[in-house]
Amino acid sequence: MTQYFIRRVLTLIPTLLVISLVVFAVLELSPSDPVGNLPLTIPEETRAKIREAMGANDPFLVKYVKWLQQFLINEPLNLIEKTTGAQFPGSEERLRIISWQTRSPIIDLVFERIPQTLWVVGTAYLCAILIAIPIGVLSAYKQYSWFDQIGTFLSVVGYSVPTFFMGLLFVIIFSVRLKWFPSVYDTTHVVTDFDSFIHQIRQIMMPVMVLTLFFTAQMSRFTRSAMLENLSQDYVRTARSKGLNERSVVIRHALRNSLIPVVTLVALGIPQIFQGAIITEQIFRVNGLGQLLILAVQGGDLPTVQTLTFIFALLIVIFNLVADLLYAVLDPRIAYN
Amino acid sequence: MATTTKLVGLQAEPAEIVKSNSMWGDVWRRFRKHRLAIGAALVLLLIILLVLAGPLFWKLDPERIDIVSAYAGMTAEHPFGSDNLGRDTLARVIYGGRVSLAIGVSAMLIAMTIGTLVGMLAGYFKALDNWLMRLTDTFLSLPLLPLLLVITLLFRDSLRTAFGPELGIFILTVVVIGGLGWMPTARLVRGEVLTVKEREFVLAAKSLGASDLSILWRHILPNVVSPVIVAATFSVASAIITESALSFLGLGFPPDFPTWGRLLFDGKDYLTLTPALVFWPGLMISLTVLCVNFIGDGLRDALDPRLRNKH
Repeated sequence: MTQYFIRRVLTLIPTLLVISLVVFAVLELSPSDPVGNLPLTIPEETRAKIREAMGANDPFLVKYVKWLQQFLINEPLNLIEKTTGAQFPGSEERLRIISWQTRSPIIDLVFERIPQTLWVVGTAYLCAILIAIPIGVLSAYKQYSWFDQIGTFLSVVGYSVPTFFMGLLFVIIFSVRLKWFPSVYDTTHVVTDFDSFIHQIRQIMMPVMVLTLFFTAQMSRFTRSAMLENLSQDYVRTARSKGLNERSVVIRHALRNSLIPVVTLVALGIPQIFQGAIITEQIFRVNGLGQLLILAVQGGDLPTVQTLTFIFALLIVIFNLVADLLYAVLDPRIAYN
Repeated sequence: MATTTKLVGLQAEPAEIVKSNSMWGDVWRRFRKHRLAIGAALVLLLIILLVLAGPLFWKLDPERIDIVSAYAGMTAEHPFGSDNLGRDTLARVIYGGRVSLAIGVSAMLIAMTIGTLVGMLAGYFKALDNWLMRLTDTFLSLPLLPLLLVITLLFRDSLRTAFGPELGIFILTVVVIGGLGWMPTARLVRGEVLTVKEREFVLAAKSLGASDLSILWRHILPNVVSPVIVAATFSVASAIITESALSFLGLGFPPDFPTWGRLLFDGKDYLTLTPALVFWPGLMISLTVLCVNFIGDGLRDALDPRLRNKH
């Protein structure tokens, strides 16, 4: 097991290097100009100097290694200093990845944005898990019943209707027509008393509902098929024939085994939810990571886009690993070698 | 002996001996039983008809500006309403559908071609397997939406100057969506090839001296075609959604060029004035994707070899 773990972690390194190179190359090879957004009155010589100062003229490999060093060595050191208060030598002159738009370190921007994204997306993900698993189990247990038919139909509808349309429909229905929920998420809102708590619930309602519907559709379908596979296994028949009641046959025997693939799907889905948030945050004006990415893309802010894309890739790779390891831990039938 | 056989053959009804039991006939019979999929196929056919033949019946120009009737609700003159310049939404939905469907199909073709090719090579040639699958895994770990956004943004201008504003964006969108969507197909095809290439008929073809190329093309490809067809259906659906998402984020086609996603993006600022601007294009996207997904489900049930003997 330990050996498997170590080998699996070691294969991460080349993968991450290739991905970072791809992300970096796409942006570097593009004809985007860091000073393109500055006022037209700035003369060309000054522009050239600004570019020079930004390091935009360095050779490709130099820029790549510099960026890698900043991302993988400098920023983690800064994070450790910030959280533990410890001081490492040279913390003053350590170079940081600076956003071209805001002139502040990108990692700080990212940490400012993460709570909003986590709040909205995390709540939705939790809700989806809590709703989807019972629906999936019941659908499988009563296969071809009306509940199953409707549930399966709705889940296909749920992942066929794109989140951006669902979001706009919700805005039309719940905030334009019924005026129940505000259509814009106010991130400066602080919960101090009961009223402001209610306001928080109301403003988070719509983005959470949109994302929950989308995740529930996928997860319930997956749970259903995992359950179906297990319910027809021999051990379920054995459990029944030993006289166990249906409840423990379904919940303690079949569900437990069906949860193995579901748990890995949940882990694999976590990077997806950050990406799904890009669109939802745009609809409801949540200033989370997704919005930061869109703003950076629109403003031609290469370092921010590079860093964010790489963070997304990092999340995918890490949660792939987590899913693999969870699978190995949960399912004793899998041999590690 | 020979004469008797001939006589029997002559006496029997030829139509009954040659009873049609081809693979595609079987597939069609099973597909027909899937009522949801048949319904979806009909609806999709209607949408395609509307999009292709619509201008014959609905003669309004999608670009005609008519400020007086701006923000019209759903009236007889503008059944789907009109936008801030008074352009007719129905006409724009018809023209937008052509682009959205064309993107879905072209991106699917690119994804399937790359995916099948990579999968077949990886499954058949042991030497390539490791490298190609590593490549596939790496591509799978790329964050799709951020990368799509970035690539579209960065290469939009150079393609626009090379091919013109519309064709340039079309090529870019299709290539990027297709080029980042082939990985699941490659894995699927590789898995199929791995089992198919151990079968006797491949061995027979090999011992008759068939070249690798002809084995792959004539013997293995026809056997992996069913999962590819199913994957292709779902791939059309996801390409349409991705294009709309890009347009919705303002990174797709130019503003005066309607696609379903672009219409949604343009309409979302007038939600309080006329929700019809958002409703119809959104409904068309959802309906198309829904139908394609149901057809995919039906095809999978009809083509899945594991279910083939159970009916």
